[in-house]
Amino acid sequence: MGLFTSSLIKKYWMAATGLFLISFLVVHAGINAMIFFNDGGETFNEWGHFMGTNLIVRTMEIGLFLGLILHIVDGLMLYFQNRKARPIKYAYEKPSASSSWYSRSMALLGTLILIFLVIHLKDFWLKTRITGLTVMPSHVKIDGVMHENLFAEMLLVFKNPMAVVIYLLGCFSLFWHLFHGFRSAFQSLGLNHRKYASTIELAGSVFSIVISILFASMPVAMYLGWVK
Amino acid sequence: MSNGNMNLTLKVWRQSNSTAAGKMENYQLGGVSPDMSFLEMIDMLNEQIIRKGEDAIAFDHDCREGICGMCSMFINGEAHGPNRGVTTCQLHMRSFKDGDTIYIEPWRAEGFPVVKDLMVDRAAFDRIIQSGGFVSVNTSGRTMDANAIPIPKDDADKAFDAATCIGCGACVATCPNSSAMLFVSAKVSQFALLPQGHPERKERVLNMVKQMDEEGFGNCSNIGACEVQCPKNISIENIARMNREYLSASVKPEN
Repeated sequence: MGLFTSSLIKKYWMAATGLFLISFLVVHAGINAMIFFNDGGETFNEWGHFMGTNLIVRTMEIGLFLGLILHIVDGLMLYFQNRKARPIKYAYEKPSASSSWYSRSMALLGTLILIFLVIHLKDFWLKTRITGLTVMPSHVKIDGVMHENLFAEMLLVFKNPMAVVIYLLGCFSLFWHLFHGFRSAFQSLGLNHRKYASTIELAGSVFSIVISILFASMPVAMYLGWVK
Repeated sequence: MSNGNMNLTLKVWRQSNSTAAGKMENYQLGGVSPDMSFLEMIDMLNEQIIRKGEDAIAFDHDCREGICGMCSMFINGEAHGPNRGVTTCQLHMRSFKDGDTIYIEPWRAEGFPVVKDLMVDRAAFDRIIQSGGFVSVNTSGRTMDANAIPIPKDDADKAFDAATCIGCGACVATCPNSSAMLFVSAKVSQFALLPQGHPERKERVLNMVKQMDEEGFGNCSNIGACEVQCPKNISIENIARMNREYLSASVKPEN
């Protein structure tokens, strides 16, 4: 039994990597929310520094990229196999009669998120890890230690209304992807019972809404000058 | 309800054999009674076609009572048409209006090749059943009465619900991925829930899923269209159960 040969094993991978990526979103949103202390980015920059320098976090970052790549590769395999499973299309289809558009559009939503991710990584990850921040001065002293001023970099990026629009579109795609993906992961792992299925659905809905709005509020708050 | 007969425009998939290229053909049909079943309407259309000396539309049907699972038309973009919990034979023309255009197509899936017109070959389902959808019983003449084994009511009910699957293939037809997981999970579940199914429980799910994949059906992405269009209202809770069964059997293949 290969790790990807069976249709069900592919489902397990999709669910496991999806839930893993969800756990990352929680950490990411939590740390970014530090900007709302509105303390000139001091708390946020301290956390950013910790995440960028801590050995355990940096090791987990490798796992994160691997998980993301696995999620994407598995998703592409599912997408192409599923297309092959219906070589001749129907002349007349009415999918809206029996399913939601977002549950049928996971590959499209995932692609939109991936495009957003490339832009997002170029905006921040690439600069902090490799090329250096574009904002001047790029470092700020907190408690006598030099920190990269990621907060100032955010302010700079989100001055541009186009960037704000792109980030909002990213959050929008993420919302619908999570809205199906969260409950879907539990179903794939076999966790669906009338006792708790409605709780999982509710948790998934609340999570998708909260995480997307939280992320979306950051560029908006900076663009509108609520956070400075 | 109006007793007025209807005039319909029918767009039907015509394909002379499994290797020929097919296409949608237009037919006009008048005098259709709202009390007819959908299959009776097709019978009426076929009489008109035969009188013209043309080849009648081939379609699957058997009991016409909603329990055999033979009739298999994709009507106006939905498996077995617009109504819920019914097969095509139990769909009546009162669900349509005078002047309607109705698209009628065969199930579309790699695993269900078209034999002719609206008939598809569903032998893939038979092969999946042969791979594990059974219980080996002692036929020496001393067969134990199944009712002698106490079974929790809840398990018996769930097993029965799963066993109402008639293997019609609507789940595959309606699934955007052409996945057969609702069918396979119903068959896995009906045995997994009962003590008689336990000895072969693990090899059953492994073999049936393997066969399902080999037949070229797609992967489930939890869209849920199958349970909406299933004429027997089989729940995707069964798919979750199959996922559990398969996971446990993969981790520890022996009982």
